[in-house]
Amino acid sequence: MIPSREQMQKALCERHGTKMQERFNNAKVTICGLGGLGSNIAIALARAGVGHLHLIDFDKVDISNLNRQQYFTDQLDMYKTDAMKENLARIAPYVEVTCECMKITEDVIPGLFDDADIICEAFDRPEAKAMLVNGVLCEYPDKKIVSGSGMAGLDSANKIHTRKVMKNFYLCGDEEADSCMGLSLVSARVLVCAAHEATMILRLIAGETEV
Amino acid sequence: MIKVNGKEIDIKEISLEEYLTDSKYDLKRVAVELNGEIVPKSIYNQVILKDGDHIEVVSFVGGG
Repeated sequence: MIPSREQMQKALCERHGTKMQERFNNAKVTICGLGGLGSNIAIALARAGVGHLHLIDFDKVDISNLNRQQYFTDQLDMYKTDAMKENLARIAPYVEVTCECMKITEDVIPGLFDDADIICEAFDRPEAKAMLVNGVLCEYPDKKIVSGSGMAGLDSANKIHTRKVMKNFYLCGDEEADSCMGLSLVSARVLVCAAHEATMILRLIAGETEV
Repeated sequence: MIKVNGKEIDIKEISLEEYLTDSKYDLKRVAVELNGEIVPKSIYNQVILKDGDHIEVVSFVGGG
């Protein structure tokens, strides 16, 4: 049986404290991309009880995603937005999850993040990452964006870090290992980077603006 | 002297676009902050770097 909203809330408050949980409950985070980074970040935030998650992706679950992305074999060919909504509902049924199955391009950024407190960049291609980060920092100068760059290969997990690059721009990753250079993406190392992004997002929600 | 990612560099007055291209950055993969403010891509060629400027260039790599 699914626990009631009150039971879930009580369990979260016991873990995080009522004050912190209130902040998590009220937070609105938009995650752009639901691949290795975004699927793991969405789950981490939902487990913390972040109250409002807005998920954006255009792609479908492919067999090549299963090495690192949080989907199941019976979800192959589903849109990632639908599959992740389903998975989050099983983990955290009272988190409000809204989905948009679309490709983000420069021209759709104005207006797209009006409701978000924090924007999470979780794309794969470097050009898309740069496009989103530039677009958000220019269009939404008062909002915070947390981004990931450099998690491919099997170099030390300790090289992955979080850095406050600009006033509202936080970058997670080793900033070097490039999947475009033929390095593979392995679940554990992608998870480290996703965890850095998710942790920074939770810190921001908690009112911590330094890394 | 200008400061790029924390390192002091001696360059003549050139545009941000020229500096980035000369330094082999892929313009489609970068985000640039000049003296604490993001620089919109559309004005990279109009921004002239001058003595005392501090720029921060982030060059994204693939994977996610």
